[in-house]
Amino acid sequence: MSPARTELLAGARAVGPLLLGVVPFGLIYGVLARGAGIAATAAQAMSAVVFAGSAQFVAVPLLGGGAPGTIVLLTTLVLNLRHVLYSASMAPHLQPLGPAWKRLLAFLLTDEAYAVTILRYQRDRAEARAATSTHWYALGAGLTLWVVWQASTAAGLYLGAQVPPSWSLEFTLALTFIALVVPMLSDAAGVTAAVTAGAVAVLGLGLPLKLGLVAAALSGIAAGMMAEARVSGRAASRSITP
Amino acid sequence: MSPWGLVAGMAAITFGLRLSIIGLPGRFGLPPLVRRALRFVPPAVFSAIIAPDVLVPDGTLAVSLGNARLAAAVCAALVAWRTRNVLATIATGMATLWLLQALLARGGP
Repeated sequence: MSPARTELLAGARAVGPLLLGVVPFGLIYGVLARGAGIAATAAQAMSAVVFAGSAQFVAVPLLGGGAPGTIVLLTTLVLNLRHVLYSASMAPHLQPLGPAWKRLLAFLLTDEAYAVTILRYQRDRAEARAATSTHWYALGAGLTLWVVWQASTAAGLYLGAQVPPSWSLEFTLALTFIALVVPMLSDAAGVTAAVTAGAVAVLGLGLPLKLGLVAAALSGIAAGMMAEARVSGRAASRSITP
Repeated sequence: MSPWGLVAGMAAITFGLRLSIIGLPGRFGLPPLVRRALRFVPPAVFSAIIAPDVLVPDGTLAVSLGNARLAAAVCAALVAWRTRNVLATIATGMATLWLLQALLARGGP
């Protein structure tokens, strides 16, 4: 087997355990999109070309509730800002590749694909191994996630027609985000960011155009940075006067 | 804006953010201030989505035991904290919500 093919398959296998979280996420997205009255073709197209679970989840109630397009786009922008961080972290490893490869791997750069691929690049470096075909590994991981995301969306859209509203399935969105956010609250600055954003989101519910979400996110980020600066400031003053 | 226009716009924004640094020629590091800010994006955004859903279920602030969503969210958060398992968190939250909704529908405990 060629090294490219070996790497492609290894990448596909590496995301295997993560699919356990991706499949229900895709299913629920499909069910919610159907429940919000979004056309099945548009919901499936969103999975195919946007390919960003959390942004799609948040777009569903906004689209269903008739929020203005600019708010949906602004929310997508804020929500996906974290991908700039992934992009910066992957950039040095992808530097030798041509523009087509860079675009392809950037398109497939989800949270899960990033987590798996960056670990592999770090392992290559730690073992002083040349990463000449590791981009095939990234492609195997990204493509597998994309295909599974499409299939689970389609299944959710199909099932969605059969789920009654009394099941409150839309609450799985908040629960999914609780599962994602709790492990991030390991330090005081993270907690400050989350609490501030939550409070501003509740206070800002009356704001027009659903701007509360954007205001809350920006306040949370600012509060987190200030809390972090205070903590590191204290640490610095301690080290000066022991 | 049509749903198709929105899908195209969301796709362009997401792809643009993912390609942002990868697509730059040469080596480029993010300024430290930006890097620090980006770290707080996920907790701030996720919390901003969760809080109104849980604390304001029917259009009014409800911090009470009668708020089934709040109770379910607290149970789910405990499971998330102990297990870090997404599926277990969702399952616990939904089970709690359904149980409390059934109890409240029967006149409450």
